[in-house]
Amino acid sequence: MAHGPQPGFKRWLYTTNHKDIGTMYLWFSFAMFFLGGIMALVIRAELFQPGLQIVEPEFFNQMTTMHGLIMVFGAVMPAFVGLANWMVPMMIGAPDMALPRMNNWSFWILPFAFAMLVSTLFMEGGAPNFGWTFYAPLSTEYAPPSVTFFIFAVHIMGASSIMGAINIVATILNMRAPGMTLMKMPLFVWTWLITAYLLIAVMPVLAGVVTMMLMDIHFGTSFFSAAGGGDPVLFQHVFWFFGHPEVYIMILPAFGIVSAIIPTFARKPLFGYSSMVYATSSIAFLSFIVWAHHMFTVGMPIAGELFFMYATMLIAVPTGVKVFNWVTTMFRGSMTFETPMLFSIAFVILFTIGGFSGLMLAIAPADFQYHDTYFVVAHFHYVLVPGAIFSITAGVYYWLPKWTGNMYNETMGKVHFWLSFIGLNVTFFPMHFVGLAGMPRRIPDYALQFADFNLIASCGAFLFGASQLVFLFNILRTINGGKKATAEVWEDADGLEWTVPSPAPYHTFATPPVVK
Amino acid sequence: MASESSYYVPEQSRLPIFATVGLGLTAYGAANWVNGNSSYLFMLGSIVLAGVLWAWFGQVIKENMAGLNSDQLKKSYVWGMGWFIFSEVMFFAAFFGALFYIRTFALPWLGGEGDKGSTNMLWQGFEATWPLMTTPDAAVNGDAAKIAGPNAIIDPWHLPLINTILLLASSVTVHFAHVFLKKDNRKAFNWWLFATIALGVAFLFFQVEEYLEAYQELGLTLESGIYGTTFFMLTGFHGAHVTLGTIMLLVMWCRSVFAGHFKKDDHFGFEAASWYWHFVDVVWVGLFIFVYVLGS
Repeated sequence: MAHGPQPGFKRWLYTTNHKDIGTMYLWFSFAMFFLGGIMALVIRAELFQPGLQIVEPEFFNQMTTMHGLIMVFGAVMPAFVGLANWMVPMMIGAPDMALPRMNNWSFWILPFAFAMLVSTLFMEGGAPNFGWTFYAPLSTEYAPPSVTFFIFAVHIMGASSIMGAINIVATILNMRAPGMTLMKMPLFVWTWLITAYLLIAVMPVLAGVVTMMLMDIHFGTSFFSAAGGGDPVLFQHVFWFFGHPEVYIMILPAFGIVSAIIPTFARKPLFGYSSMVYATSSIAFLSFIVWAHHMFTVGMPIAGELFFMYATMLIAVPTGVKVFNWVTTMFRGSMTFETPMLFSIAFVILFTIGGFSGLMLAIAPADFQYHDTYFVVAHFHYVLVPGAIFSITAGVYYWLPKWTGNMYNETMGKVHFWLSFIGLNVTFFPMHFVGLAGMPRRIPDYALQFADFNLIASCGAFLFGASQLVFLFNILRTINGGKKATAEVWEDADGLEWTVPSPAPYHTFATPPVVK
Repeated sequence: MASESSYYVPEQSRLPIFATVGLGLTAYGAANWVNGNSSYLFMLGSIVLAGVLWAWFGQVIKENMAGLNSDQLKKSYVWGMGWFIFSEVMFFAAFFGALFYIRTFALPWLGGEGDKGSTNMLWQGFEATWPLMTTPDAAVNGDAAKIAGPNAIIDPWHLPLINTILLLASSVTVHFAHVFLKKDNRKAFNWWLFATIALGVAFLFFQVEEYLEAYQELGLTLESGIYGTTFFMLTGFHGAHVTLGTIMLLVMWCRSVFAGHFKKDDHFGFEAASWYWHFVDVVWVGLFIFVYVLGS
């Protein structure tokens, strides 16, 4: 315990320290964010005007597929795990994660898994081209040979996620400082506990569905083949049983981050703490019984359409509770607008827009019109970019002084925020319109009537992409210097992480603090 | 809790990165192999992974015997194993879910029943039955069908019934082993554990017999349509888990017999293996009911 980090690269290969591992997760995620972002820009460049300009349709499909997979599994999920690694032990007063070696294993699987996934781009027949949802039979009968590598990459990513989630559960349930009762835990810890349960419950189902694909492709089984008595729709049911909770895996920790930041800069305690906990739990429960709202148009009995429609709409209730609580926390607070707060407020507003378009999509008869259009693309990018990505960004700005001991450059942070805010809205807002007008998603070319909005969206995408370089630059500058941060960092921040010096020592809370 | 000030955080360790290399080679090698190339990478990866896991568990055992593991740390292992088993439950749930979906919805629709029965237009003459002896392909294309159904299926009241008795009995014997371990009766523990392992091996033996019968005499294979698909995938993954469970118990037996490991109040390695064993037993009961009895 007394040892500090070893010098050199071995520190990163052999480490068992939650801060080192958190840092690696965050850098890995950032790298994947740029890689997935470049793919997004390839897509937007092709869609800048109608007709085929830059890439072949086949490659375009590979880009949409890989962009989705990399952003979901490579950028968003590892970023949240990285934040959990850094912050959860410090927030609950634990010396480290419960199972430190397994923690290292969970991380290092990821670069291998993604090297395998990205290598498919260079294989014969190209990378997976069937969309990130890899529906059968596109992903089975009609898939390129590289699908096998995709399947095994997903397997080991899943192993990494399950081990990471088990570690987080064990840490939270077993390592809290004396006095840190469950209902005193910071909301980030609560939301991660619930997220970890979601991960343990659904990552094995993902493993199951890719295994079924593998068997259908190589071993002659009939899971997704009607000729043998199976059903391609079975794929969609199993996939979305994983996929819908997965969506909440990517947003619940975001709720936790925002619930930490807004009280700090509103200088008021969080409004309705316990209702936040119950709302998060309700959302997690509901996430298991709404999956078929992704499949309204595929052909389900009317009873199924109705059940999944109403169950989906129910989610708006606990989500509404959360948005209400964030707004009420800010109400009559002494607010200041540092970068983390700007990203958090944008989160509340723009995530709500994404939530409302989700509500529109939840209406089964209306969804027949919206399904597989750009309206869906607009919807889920509104919950993922200003939702997941903005909360991660807010969290990085919020805790960066704690990690590095230096304050980031506030002006540059604000520039980053406004460029991102404008960029993302210019990119994704027009997609609502082209979607409602009938432009299908995942196509490399489109009818002329959609040209104007696509041009605008592509401009926004390049602005958003470029503005992330400001973020990268700001982080690198902060690591290398800047105004020294105090232990508290922020004027009125609450939580154990602010009781240790900045930068946080290599080992914190070797002796647990007592929480009153 | 006094133990809290001494939660053991291990020093830097080479194990995880080597395990990653092993797992990465295994996964990449498996994909390569399944795609029709050589299996060397897969073999190499599996050996590396198995070797690292061997060393890793050995390390943990050493640490425990050196007294480094506080009660609190042991609880982390308990949580870890518990939730790992839950994740396994969910893995099986995916395959059980597939079976239920096919039987309740997809097949009847293919046969022309209910709300979505219009799909029968594509497979005229197909009738939905379970077990599915004539696939839609066979119903339409007759002898030219690529996916024909099985000729017969496994009778639940012969080998599967024997296997049910064997596995249920093994859950009882492993429980007795635990009881005697807690009473510090080493000899009885070893014998009961040995009996459990023997029952597990016997189960696997009959499972292999059953598969041979299915493949050689009944025409029931992975390729014989959705019945064979669900049958072999569910029982096959279960069999793989029994194999793993038997290996776990065997390792525990060797640790007890040859190394004298385990104390009456400190034996989580054994307990974890026994939990796993109970889990595969419960899955089998589900299989016996839903795959064998209700499926015939």
